[in-house]
Amino acid sequence: MIHQRSLSELSALLAGGEISSVELTQHYLERSSRHNDALNCYISLFPEEALAQARQADKRLRNKQAGPLTGIPIAHKDIFCTLDKKTSCGSRMLDNFIAPYDAAVVERLHEAGMVMLGKTNMDEFAMGSSSESSYYGPVLNPWKRTCVPGGSSGGSAAAVAARLIPAATATDTGGSIRQPAAFCGVTGLKPTYGRVSRYGMIAFASSLDQAGPIAQSAADAALLLTALAGFDPRDSTSVERAGKDYLGDLNEEITGIRIGVPAEYLDHSNAPKVTTAINAALAELEGAGAERRAITLPTTPLSIPAYYVIAPAECSSNLSRYDGVRFGYRCADPGSLDDLFCRSRSEGFGAEVQRRIMTGTYVLSAGYYDAYYLKAQQIRRLIRDDFIHAFKQVDVIIGPTSPTTAFALHTHQDDPVGMYMADIYTVSANLAGLPAISIPAGFADGLPVGLQIIGNYFSEQQLLNIAHHYQQRTDWHRHIPEEFR
Amino acid sequence: MINKGLLMSVDKNEITHIAKLAKLHLTADSRQRYGADLRRILVLVEQMNAVQTDGVQPLAHPLDISARLRPDVVAEKDQRDRFQQGAPLVRDGYYLVPKVID
Repeated sequence: MIHQRSLSELSALLAGGEISSVELTQHYLERSSRHNDALNCYISLFPEEALAQARQADKRLRNKQAGPLTGIPIAHKDIFCTLDKKTSCGSRMLDNFIAPYDAAVVERLHEAGMVMLGKTNMDEFAMGSSSESSYYGPVLNPWKRTCVPGGSSGGSAAAVAARLIPAATATDTGGSIRQPAAFCGVTGLKPTYGRVSRYGMIAFASSLDQAGPIAQSAADAALLLTALAGFDPRDSTSVERAGKDYLGDLNEEITGIRIGVPAEYLDHSNAPKVTTAINAALAELEGAGAERRAITLPTTPLSIPAYYVIAPAECSSNLSRYDGVRFGYRCADPGSLDDLFCRSRSEGFGAEVQRRIMTGTYVLSAGYYDAYYLKAQQIRRLIRDDFIHAFKQVDVIIGPTSPTTAFALHTHQDDPVGMYMADIYTVSANLAGLPAISIPAGFADGLPVGLQIIGNYFSEQQLLNIAHHYQQRTDWHRHIPEEFR
Repeated sequence: MINKGLLMSVDKNEITHIAKLAKLHLTADSRQRYGADLRRILVLVEQMNAVQTDGVQPLAHPLDISARLRPDVVAEKDQRDRFQQGAPLVRDGYYLVPKVID
């Protein structure tokens, strides 16, 4: 079936004229609209515009002006601004927001000729690890619909896992690309902080946010990163470093690569079957010539406390822009300006967003700033130093992406702290600004297990190479949930 | 060490004060709920105090870079009308809000 093909395979079929972009787009539109009721992974679908873009792509293909991504459908997380299209960020606050411009990520993939099929569902303002906090209802896991797909990019991960779209964009502030990729059995790459432009990406925590691809394989992620990475003067944190062709160097040998396995990442609190799958994957990589080394990252337990100070602090500042005056939701019949601000915000934001704004406001308020916020920033340096030290001994660090597989819906409904603990292995890479990838590494009781590879700054190529080697030796990434084959 | 005294102080009044700073209108129910949640989050966050950080420079930004400055020239064209299309209430190019001064 066509939807079981990788980006490179689709690219070859399009280039060879064996299928047109219009046919491909129709196929994915049909799948997406047919299965969306089951998964709720889309907030918007754009059939007419997608077909118009597909016709343009077919023209480029005929005129030999096509690149490797031209004519292939893509879905964007609804956190990216899309010109003249609703951009909700999963929130009632932006339910009526029509973006006046395209995000850099959207623009770059559009220029590459990709066809935008729709916008994917997500935790409200990307705050969550389960995609349950969306104003548009929870996303369901295609492997087991009583389970969450992870979050916050749950819509993107579920759509790719069910092959409703060949690949999707996503964002990662504390694990929001990697953890849903793990829970849904797909490949998700969070690049180095500043590697992909954040222009037009709705801000959550600006010192942590980064965009990246969710795809069927490391090779597909490499193809997308090639289009996405690069300097953008419109994002003041964009790194002044050109992108590269990540696909071209994908087959580099991994013999002699030193893999650090932190004792803290194979902690007894992991689900036992997760640890078993990770150990099997490590043995596979050793078989490919990599060397496994035991290391320690002693600050790991501090990453959650530090993250849940820094991220809410930045969120409370970033989300102060939603005031009911210039765009977005406004409450009915405000009695005063203050009433307008307060009611628009408390009616427009959901519970988790308000909880984080409250936490952030608290830790930044007079008398608590030093004790919480500065303390967290000091811990952040210790966490980063831990990694810098580790990367003197090893090339990459490997462990599980999450301590468990996908959990049941409502598991953490009345327990925000319990939900936060699900991010234990992912937030450190954001605090340190490091790139990391999650790839499928087996199953536990029918649910996918994700393996995380964390690399040194700007080592995306190495992460993709290792992931690609693993995917040459295993077929976990090719598994598709039965009802979506 | 952040002492227990600070934590105990996250009472109803404190929550009301924080909500006021955050410009959130909380009902009695949500005040109680967010109060309880905030106390649990602070218990989690206080694990940071197990670590000595005297003399450690705070890290505000992962790459230790400062924001790039751009030349002080007009780079954007005027798109006020377009941007105001999404505003809840405008007149003559102004955003309308309830009367602030009598």
